[in-house]
Amino acid sequence: MKKLLIAFFMTFPVLAMAAGGGFPLDKAPINLEDNESLKRGARAFANYCLSCHSAEYMRYNRIGRDIGMTDVEVAQELIFTRDKKGEKTKVGELMKVAMTEDYSKEAFGTKIPGLTVIARARGADWLYTYLRTFYLDDSRPTGMNNMAFPDVGMPHVLWELQGLQKANFKTEMGEDGNEKHIFENMEIVKPGKMNVEEYDVFVADLVNFMVYMGEPMQLERKSLGIKVLIFLFFFAIIAYLLKKEYWKDVH
Amino acid sequence: MQKLLGWVDDRFPLTKMWNEHLAEYYAPKNFNFWYFFGSLALLVLVIQIVSGIFLTMHYKPDGAMAFASVEYIMRDVPYGWLIRYIHSTGATAFFVVVYLHMFRGLMYGSFKKPRELVWLFGMFIYLALMAEAFMGYLLPWGQMSYWGAQVIISLFGALPIIGDPLTLWIRGDYVISDATLNRFFALHVIALPIVLLGLVVAHIIALHEVGSNNPDGVEIKKNKDANGIPLDGIPFHPYYSVKDIVGVIVFLMFFSVIIFFMPEGGGYLLEHANFIPADPLKTPEHIAPVWYFTPFYAILRAVPDKLMGVIAMGAAIVVLFLLPWIDQCKVKSIRYRGTSFKILLSAFVVSFVALGYLGMLPATPGKTIAAQIFSLIYFGFFVGLYFTSKNEKTRPVPERVTG
Repeated sequence: MKKLLIAFFMTFPVLAMAAGGGFPLDKAPINLEDNESLKRGARAFANYCLSCHSAEYMRYNRIGRDIGMTDVEVAQELIFTRDKKGEKTKVGELMKVAMTEDYSKEAFGTKIPGLTVIARARGADWLYTYLRTFYLDDSRPTGMNNMAFPDVGMPHVLWELQGLQKANFKTEMGEDGNEKHIFENMEIVKPGKMNVEEYDVFVADLVNFMVYMGEPMQLERKSLGIKVLIFLFFFAIIAYLLKKEYWKDVH
Repeated sequence: MQKLLGWVDDRFPLTKMWNEHLAEYYAPKNFNFWYFFGSLALLVLVIQIVSGIFLTMHYKPDGAMAFASVEYIMRDVPYGWLIRYIHSTGATAFFVVVYLHMFRGLMYGSFKKPRELVWLFGMFIYLALMAEAFMGYLLPWGQMSYWGAQVIISLFGALPIIGDPLTLWIRGDYVISDATLNRFFALHVIALPIVLLGLVVAHIIALHEVGSNNPDGVEIKKNKDANGIPLDGIPFHPYYSVKDIVGVIVFLMFFSVIIFFMPEGGGYLLEHANFIPADPLKTPEHIAPVWYFTPFYAILRAVPDKLMGVIAMGAAIVVLFLLPWIDQCKVKSIRYRGTSFKILLSAFVVSFVALGYLGMLPATPGKTIAAQIFSLIYFGFFVGLYFTSKNEKTRPVPERVTG
């Protein structure tokens, strides 16, 4: 019975991998305790993502409090929108986006997803891979396609930083007799402002921020968890001794 | 103090109830590990009700606001994240302890005469719990909430004649919509909890009427001392109350590990797709119910015909109700039962776990065949038990409890 249970639980990681499927994902080198990385990520997010995507469940000043930015810094570095009265959006506001849903449907053919909890839906590794694997593809309306998200509607917003790359495929005969296109590597055809290493760090910071934003209390959660477990551990000892004391006269 | 108690006792049977159900409720002294899960189920029920009350204060059962209100709880409500994780993990914990509690009943024959009603009330609790969990899962209004509910409700559509009107009646709309969310909220928050609480009271009253079974399957009421107290019985309070506290703490340690360190449970407790708001126009790649439903879901998918699949799935649950009459062996505990029972029960456990596993995965031809085999084993347990239990080669049962 025990062996069976162990065997059963051993299959879980395999399951998780099988569910991902498709293009192999790169491990995202993120660190939620690195506030400098989170600040860079927050700035990147506000500059490049927040014009089209919202983060409508997150408040600007929460970011500041969590990763060590003052309200003034938050207002200067992260807020570029105006509220209904035409004044600059307040730091206590939710990170909404100016673009309307109708417009986004017209322009991109789809509703643009909010990004507050996207890291929890997609996973850090997927985001890290996705943002680095746009490649030139003339058959797409935006001229770009993506390895992690084939036929994606989103244009490659970060192309000025990464440059433009083309994907090299090799053709092989599959076992079923059909030709298969197997991805070999990426090749930069037009360099951007960053080299490959710089761009990887840039994306890692951005993903780090999105993972933080998906669950802003996650560090607090873990530290509270340790305290709770220590308390329960000592309580367990006392409860066990109490039980033993009472049960002396039963046996 | 004594005077006050006397005053109350003259007007309300407080001391009488305390004695009947705790201080003078004699439980067998040989309860083992498996006997923790009844009191733990009660604990989880309380946890779910209390955490649920606090969630209700902030949650909005509205198709346009539900998803956002959950994230509001996670971010803006002080310790809202903790309450939410307690509630979402509590659902899983509930089924874990209930499944172990039911398995204990199977092993030691706790459903047998005179405890048939204890078992039946318990099965109704299980049924109500499934409905409660299913409706609760719609409330976060994520993609998996939406499409999971869509799939499950559409199952009723397989019924002849009444199928379509029935699904329409359940949803209150042609698709899962705001109307469905609102009624599921009402049922989840008030209707089903009342039913659950009533059934739990009935379950416990029935149990205390006939007395608890034990790992030996010996009736302790057969051997009483001069005062009418069972020789192998000990008062529930303080002996089992202090023992159950230990169980509670150990349970809370496991519970906390999930809440604080893996609240998503690797995508099996909070599914990844459920972090995307419900979208009636986009079907997720793979829709699977939460783990506690997957054994029955696998049985459903194992049958090629939809109606027959729904019937098989229903039968898989109904047949559990009939267990006291399917199993005709006079010996209760697995300790003294024949090899045939041990083989059948092991096969049943393996099939249940395997079906649960298969039910989580996308169906492939190979896995469908596996699910069909395990479904046959699942039902084979009951058929085999019906035919073998009467003439089972049992071992002699001791007069008194052991250990």
